[in-house]
Amino acid sequence: MAKLLKMGPSPHVRTSETVEKVMYDVIIALLPALLMAVYVFGIQALTTTLIAVGTCMATEGIMQKIMGKDIEVKDGSAVITGILFAFVVPVTMAYWIIIVGSAVSILLGKMLFGGLGHNIFNPALVGRAFVQASWPVAITTFVLDGQAGPTMLDAMKRGLDGTLVAAGNPYMNALLGKMGGCIGETSALGLLLGGAYLIYKGQVNWKVPAIIIGTVGVGAFLFGGDPIMHMLSGGLFLGAFFMATDMVTSPYTEKGQMIFAFGIGALVTLIRFKGGYPEGMAYSILIMNGVVPLINKYTKPKLFGGVAK
Amino acid sequence: MKLFTFKGGVHPSENKVQTENEAIQTFDAPKMVHVALLQHIGAPLNALVKPGDRVLKGQKIADSEAFMSAPVHSPVSGVVKKIEFLPFPLSGKVNTIIIENDGEEELAELKTIKDWKSAPKEDLLAMIREKGIVGVGGACFPTHIKLNPPKDVTIDTLVMNGAECEPYLNADNRLMLEDPKSIIEGIKIIMHILGVKNAKIGIENNKPEAIASMIKASEGDNGIEVCPLKTQYPQGGEKQLIKAILDREVPSGKLPSAVGVVVQNTATAALVYDGIVNGMPLIEKVVTISGKAIKKPMNLKVRIGTMFKDMLDYAGVEREEVDKLVMGGPMMGMAQHTEDVPVVKGTSGLLALTTAETNPCKAKNCILCGKCIGACPMGLEPLMYAKLAKFNQWEEMGKYKLMDCISCGSCAYICPSNRPLTEAINIGKAKLRTMARK
Repeated sequence: MAKLLKMGPSPHVRTSETVEKVMYDVIIALLPALLMAVYVFGIQALTTTLIAVGTCMATEGIMQKIMGKDIEVKDGSAVITGILFAFVVPVTMAYWIIIVGSAVSILLGKMLFGGLGHNIFNPALVGRAFVQASWPVAITTFVLDGQAGPTMLDAMKRGLDGTLVAAGNPYMNALLGKMGGCIGETSALGLLLGGAYLIYKGQVNWKVPAIIIGTVGVGAFLFGGDPIMHMLSGGLFLGAFFMATDMVTSPYTEKGQMIFAFGIGALVTLIRFKGGYPEGMAYSILIMNGVVPLINKYTKPKLFGGVAK
Repeated sequence: MKLFTFKGGVHPSENKVQTENEAIQTFDAPKMVHVALLQHIGAPLNALVKPGDRVLKGQKIADSEAFMSAPVHSPVSGVVKKIEFLPFPLSGKVNTIIIENDGEEELAELKTIKDWKSAPKEDLLAMIREKGIVGVGGACFPTHIKLNPPKDVTIDTLVMNGAECEPYLNADNRLMLEDPKSIIEGIKIIMHILGVKNAKIGIENNKPEAIASMIKASEGDNGIEVCPLKTQYPQGGEKQLIKAILDREVPSGKLPSAVGVVVQNTATAALVYDGIVNGMPLIEKVVTISGKAIKKPMNLKVRIGTMFKDMLDYAGVEREEVDKLVMGGPMMGMAQHTEDVPVVKGTSGLLALTTAETNPCKAKNCILCGKCIGACPMGLEPLMYAKLAKFNQWEEMGKYKLMDCISCGSCAYICPSNRPLTEAINIGKAKLRTMARK
């Protein structure tokens, strides 16, 4: 009798897509914003990002070792967390806070839940929330061209003239990122390019960022703010394209994702106009992350041939 | 051109090009044929012959009293050598009649109903059973049972499945191209039995020649319409096909007859014609032999009972390259642990797949990407099954509508984490069936 052949259930072919490919697509998509950050803030933007990425990968590897899991730091997810964490802090933040913050992102935000796929909250935002609570001054001190100053949202909140923030056309500055703010948040253009790439690759449903940004635009208009400026400023684009679309921490049906997106947009508007912070993206996403199980429960796909009850 | 389709599904690499232009070759009946006594859904059959008996081609050699059964016939003339418990491609072992072919091709006396138009429905159904005809689309449901729906339902449309949505396979495609008349005649007989005036033939649009061939063959028959379908797996699933062509949704837990439809495979229609008008029982099958490890991919008409090994030798195979040997298509076919198993009535393909094709990959954590949900044609949440199976939550799996799963494998195909979704689904279904019996 001939040799015994390999068994296993159908299907016997599978897509060429892997978790790694999904993650590396996201990393590629984050590069334009990183380049814009280096252009605006200088090489320190890159150094900070690399430190955060290195810390995230090291923390994940150590934790996987301790927890007796396979070492999978190369799957790209820790790299993304590192980049995203660096993107949501100011370029002036001390390196030791960067290291602590990104380690906390992985530790508290991801590994203690059981690792990739099991975390409820966006790890980078968990790290940011931790830093914001611990070193509030460090995370809200923004410097541009050697001058400390308010961010655009801060200025708008305090009723200041937008032109105070930076010289030139404020809309163009917001688009390019030539204004005070966190490393990866400021350039709407860079984020848009990356986001378009993810939509093209099928990793992101365009409706999610569209609903978030649209809701904030409409909300700002209703509250009497400048809709365009609100849409282009703060962490809105970064969160809309790269955090609200995180597969692990967002709902898994399209309908659910749309509700999730609207919730984020509404919370951001509320915090920006009625809350104590000038910016609300991070907390809005974290809050909506917590609501995901509930959204999943009530947005089940329609069963084929399901009988209406 | 309007293309019919359904919601969900996936689009794996079609891999049809290797064999789509290969005309059906006839493979000579081998010296020894192995006729398995379980060829369809239902009960195993009892042999009607014993070792030493001489049998004729087309002679009935096994049958069963069970309701869900259809007889099998000798594919050759010759002498019964042994009846043994042997592996067969559907899993496990089954009694198998081994016949030594004498090469005479001496035919048994074959009953026919030439004038089927005036024959009563009961006689035609009995004849279909007598010829051992089962649905050769894959499930092998006995055709005489399927064509005799419950009295309390009204059937208004016959849907013919020529989708052949499984990658690699071209058996139905070639048959529609090379012998459309038999299929159309078979469809007319089936319409007569069901008493319906409408038949719709669904064919995926990656088979333009088959579509043209069937349109041409059905010219002048007002009730028969060819419906080009979008190439999308599992377009050939009964419920998906009905939804695509008629926009009717078979209710959960119900059969197509609940929405007035009977679905038949196009190749089965040709068998019905051959059985009733020519008297020929189901003793041969068109099989696509393909996969990167096959040197000469081809479409081969073979006798039931031909060993896979012989077909592989004929088409040429790089045995060292084979990662998986699959009977049927890559999406729903069955992996074989040995080449020493025979062709059965449901064998539509024989694929020798290399690792480049099967693309094995370590299972990772679920990243909740929801791609399985988007791909599920039944509107289920497949990701939950792997999760629940891990903790033996079988009843919970039932609440997630596991029994509505049609096992098409779209979820497992699309999963970037390569989660063991079909494993969980198979075990879950078995557990739920056992629990339901208790």
